Amino acid sequence: MDQSKIRNFCIVAHIDHGKSTLADRMIEKTGVLTLREMQNQVLDNMDIERERGITIKSQAVRMIYKAKDGQEYTFNMIDTPGHVDFGYEVSRSLAACDGAILVVDATQGVEAQTLANVYMALDHDLDVFPVINKIDLPSAMPQEAKDEIEDVIGIEAQDAPLISAKNGIGIEEVLEAVVHKIPAPQGDASAPLKALIFDSIYDSYRGVIVFVRIKDGVVRKGMKVRFMATGAEAEVVEVGYFAPGSFVPSDELTAGEVGYFTASIKNIQDTRVGDTVTDSAKPCSEALPGYKKVMPMVYCGLYPADSAHYSDLRDALEKLQLNDASLFYEPETSQALGFGFRAGFLGLLHLEVVQERLEREYDLNLVTTAPSVVYKVHKTDGEVFDLTNPTNLPDPSEIDYMEEPIVNGEIMVTTDYVGAIMQLCQERRGKYLSTDYIEQTRAILKYELPLNEIIYDFFDALKSRSRGYASFDYELKGYEKSDLVKLDILINREEVDALSFIVHKDGAYERGRKMCEKLKEEIPRHLFEIPIQASVGGKVIARETVKAYRKDVLAKCYGGDITRKKKLLEKQKEGKKKMRQIGNVEVPQSAFLSVLKLDNVD
Amino acid sequence: MLTETMSLYVHIPFCARKCNYCDFLSFNAEKELMDEYFDALEKEISKSGRDCKDRTVATIFFGGGTPSFADEKRVCGLLQKIRDGFNVSDDAEISIEVNPASAMRDKLFSYREAGFNRLSIGCQSLNDDELEILGRLHNSSMFIETYNNARAAGFNNINVDVMSALPGQSLDSYVNTLNRVLGLKPEHISAYSLIIEENTPFYDMDLDIPDEDTDRAMYHETKRILKEQGFHRYEISNYALGAEDDDTFECHHNKVYWQRGNYLGLGLGAASMVDNVRWSNTRDIGTYVKELADAESSFAKIRENVEELSCAAQMEEFMFLGLRLVKGVSVENFKENFGKSIFEIYGEVIDKYRDMGLLECAGDGGKYLRLTDKGLDVSNTVMAEFLL
Repeated sequence: MDQSKIRNFCIVAHIDHGKSTLADRMIEKTGVLTLREMQNQVLDNMDIERERGITIKSQAVRMIYKAKDGQEYTFNMIDTPGHVDFGYEVSRSLAACDGAILVVDATQGVEAQTLANVYMALDHDLDVFPVINKIDLPSAMPQEAKDEIEDVIGIEAQDAPLISAKNGIGIEEVLEAVVHKIPAPQGDASAPLKALIFDSIYDSYRGVIVFVRIKDGVVRKGMKVRFMATGAEAEVVEVGYFAPGSFVPSDELTAGEVGYFTASIKNIQDTRVGDTVTDSAKPCSEALPGYKKVMPMVYCGLYPADSAHYSDLRDALEKLQLNDASLFYEPETSQALGFGFRAGFLGLLHLEVVQERLEREYDLNLVTTAPSVVYKVHKTDGEVFDLTNPTNLPDPSEIDYMEEPIVNGEIMVTTDYVGAIMQLCQERRGKYLSTDYIEQTRAILKYELPLNEIIYDFFDALKSRSRGYASFDYELKGYEKSDLVKLDILINREEVDALSFIVHKDGAYERGRKMCEKLKEEIPRHLFEIPIQASVGGKVIARETVKAYRKDVLAKCYGGDITRKKKLLEKQKEGKKKMRQIGNVEVPQSAFLSVLKLDNVD
Repeated sequence: MLTETMSLYVHIPFCARKCNYCDFLSFNAEKELMDEYFDALEKEISKSGRDCKDRTVATIFFGGGTPSFADEKRVCGLLQKIRDGFNVSDDAEISIEVNPASAMRDKLFSYREAGFNRLSIGCQSLNDDELEILGRLHNSSMFIETYNNARAAGFNNINVDVMSALPGQSLDSYVNTLNRVLGLKPEHISAYSLIIEENTPFYDMDLDIPDEDTDRAMYHETKRILKEQGFHRYEISNYALGAEDDDTFECHHNKVYWQRGNYLGLGLGAASMVDNVRWSNTRDIGTYVKELADAESSFAKIRENVEELSCAAQMEEFMFLGLRLVKGVSVENFKENFGKSIFEIYGEVIDKYRDMGLLECAGDGGKYLRLTDKGLDVSNTVMAEFLL
C-alpha cells in the first residue's frame, strides 16, 4: 500500500470533551458503517465505558476517506483513554501514531488532562492539531478556547476546525485536516519486518490477537515471526484490519499500516505490549524502543467472594494483564479472606475499572481490601523494604522510621471554589505551593499531597466541594518521612487483616471511628452481641457494638403455602453464603468495600 | 380400602375490603363474579373427589379472604359438595374463618348446622384505635357479639386471632386485649406479631411500631399469661386449651402442614401437597373460572408450580416445618421416612445450635429434636441451616 495515503492518528482530550463522539462521527462520515449500524458510541464497546462515558481500553479502527483532492486515504484511528490513571495506555497508543487530534471543549477550554495528554503526544514526536468542540452550546467561547490553546499549550490554533461532534457539525473539516496536518508514515516496506505491539486481546478460539503498527517490512499469513523481548516464535495464521467492532482479514500488512495478526499463541506471556515483532528468517537489527515502564501507585488485595473461584480469578487476571500491562499482581493469603492476590494499579480509578472488568467480563464476584500505597519501611537493623500490604508491617519496635509517597498535585478550579478546595487539601495534609490564575475565573492550585490521602475518595470529595468544577492531576514527587501507624480493626475481638491499613498518626482516631461506624451499619445483627473496635498498637481507640437480635420468626404461615416459606429461608441462607466468616461473625462482602468510602461528607 | 387420611383447604378469596397489613390473595368482587367462582369451585371439588376415592378426609379448613363475607348458602353448599364427593370422616375437624364485621348471627347458625365444628375469629385487637389503623371493619363490641353468637350457635371449639406489635400499641393495651379475649374462654388462641410485608399499604406508611423491647415483652407476656390460663403452646404462634399432652383443641388441620400430611388445596391460589408433589392453583380468577367451566379441561390448566419433591427437599421440609411445632421432630420418624439417621444428615447443624442452646433433644427420653424457648424466638435463623 502507498504509505503517502495512510494516516495513523489518535484523538486526545480531557475527559468529557467529546473525544468518543468525534470518533463516532468520523467513522460515520467515512462510510465504513451505515448510520443504522452505528451504536451510540462505536469505539467504547465495554459496558463500563458506556456507563461512565469514559474510554478505558485503547482500540483501533480503520476507515477509508475520499478527500477533496479526489484521492482515497486510509485512516487508522487509535483510541486512547482519557483519564490520568491511564497515562501508560495513552503512551502505548501514541507510539503507534504519527499525529494526534486535540479536542478542546469550547465551553471548558484547556483542562488539566488536556495538558497532560498533549505533552505526552508531543513527547512521542506526534504532530498535534486542535479542534474546538461543542461550539453549538450557548456557553461556547471558541475564540477564548483558541487563545488559551496558544497561550497555555503553545500550539497554533487559530485555524482549528470549529465543530459539534454531537450534532455532526464540521466533521468534514476535521477529516480534511487529518489528510493535510498529519504526516504520512515513513517506513521502509522492503526492510526486514519491524512491528510494534500496542495492544493485544485473548480470544478463546484464535489465541492471542496481537495489535501491531508496522514500522518497516511486511507481515503476511504463513510467515514465521519472532517476539524480540521474549524470544518466542510463532507462525502467522491470520492478518487483517480493524473495522469498527470487528476484525477484517486481509493478505498482508505493510510498512505504515495498522492491524492485527494471530498465530495460535496460547501463552499470553509471550506477547508483551511494547515488544517488537520481526521476521524469524530475516530479523531486523534492533528492536524499537519499548514503552516507559510504569510503577503501580496503589495496591489492594483482590479475593474471590467464593474461595472456590480462586483459579478463575487467576486466569482472569492473566488475561486482563495481556491488554493492560500496567496491571501488576502476585498471590497472597489473608486470614479473613483466604487465597487471593495483591494487585498494583496506576490509581484508584484504574483499580475500580479492573475490578469491574473482572466482575463483568469474567463474571467473578470479588472482595477488594482497602487500597494502600507503597511505603518505605526503614528498620532498626538498617534494612529498608517496600510495604505494599499493611499486614506485613513489622512490630513497631523493629521500625526506625517510615516514608510515604508524596505527589505534586495540580487542581484546576473556578475561583468561586478555591477556598473550599484549599480547605480540602489542608484536611488531607496537603502542603500549599502556589496559586496561578490562568484567566480571571480559573486558577490552578498547586499542592504537595501524601498519596495515601488521595487514593480513597479524594476525587469524590473534590467533585462534591466544587460542584463538579474542579479537575485534578498529579505526579509522584518522591518519598518523605512521615509519622505513620497501622490501624487494626477487630470484629468480635478478632483482628481482621483485610481491614488493617496505614494511616498518619493524627488521622488515626478519626478514621478508626468512621470505620467502626460504617462496619456497624454493614454487619447484620447476630444471635450474640458483636463489638467492633479500632486499635493502634494494641490500644483500642474507637468502638461500636452490633446488638444481638432476639427475634427472627415467620409468625404467620398460611394455607399450607410452604413454597413461600421455603423461599424466604433460601434467601436467608443465600445471603449467608455471600458472607465472610470471621470467627463466629458473618461479615457481608459489602463491608469490605464500604470502608473505602468513608468521607461522603455533605 | 380406605387407608390414608388427607386434609382439604378451601380458599374463599373475597373480602369487603383489604386490611392494611394483608398480603394474602384476596379482593372485593361483584356478586356475579363471586357466583361464577363458587360454581367453578364446586366443579373443582366434584372432579377432585373422584381422584381421592381411597382416602379419608380428616380435616377441612375454609380460609380466605373472608369466608363469612360470602353468601353462607354458597359456602355451606361447598361443604355439602365435599361431603358428596369425598369420604369425610365422621369426626372430621371442619373449620371456617370468620370476620366479626360479616359473621352475623344467622350465618353462624347456618355454618354450625351445615357441619362446621370449629370457628376461627379474626379479632386481632380489642382496642378500637388499633383496629382502625389495621383497616379492620369491626370494632371490639362487634367481636364480642360475634363470639357470643358463635357460642349460641353451638360452636364449642373456637379460635381467636390476636396480633401484637401493632402500630401505636402499648404493652398494656396488648395485655388488655389478651385478658379480655381470655375472659371469653376460647379453646384456642393464635398470637401473631405483625410483620410488615412489601406490597401492603403498611409498607409505605410511616408507622409508630413498638420498639424491639416492647415487642419482646408482648411476646413473653403472651407465653406467661396463656400458660397461667391453662393453655399450652404447641406451635410457634399457636396455643390450645389443656395440658401439653392433650391435643383436643389443637388445630389438627394446621398440624397436617407441619407434619407433612397430604392435603389438597381447592380454590384460587390454594396450595396442595399430595404424595410428595407440591403445586398451587392459579392466582388468576379469570383463568380459574374459565378452565373449570370447560368440562373437557384438565387440572393441568389451573395447577401451577408443580414440584415433585426430591429426597433432599423432603428432608428439608421435614425439618423446617416440623421444628415449628414445640414438640419438635421425631428422630425415629426421620429414620423411618428417609432410611438415614437425622444426625448423619444434620449432625453438624444440630451440634452447632445445641451448643448455642437453641436446639435440644427432649421428650420421651430424647426421641424428639426441638427448638428451645430461645431457639423458637429466632427460628428462621436455625431453620435456614437445615436447607441442604
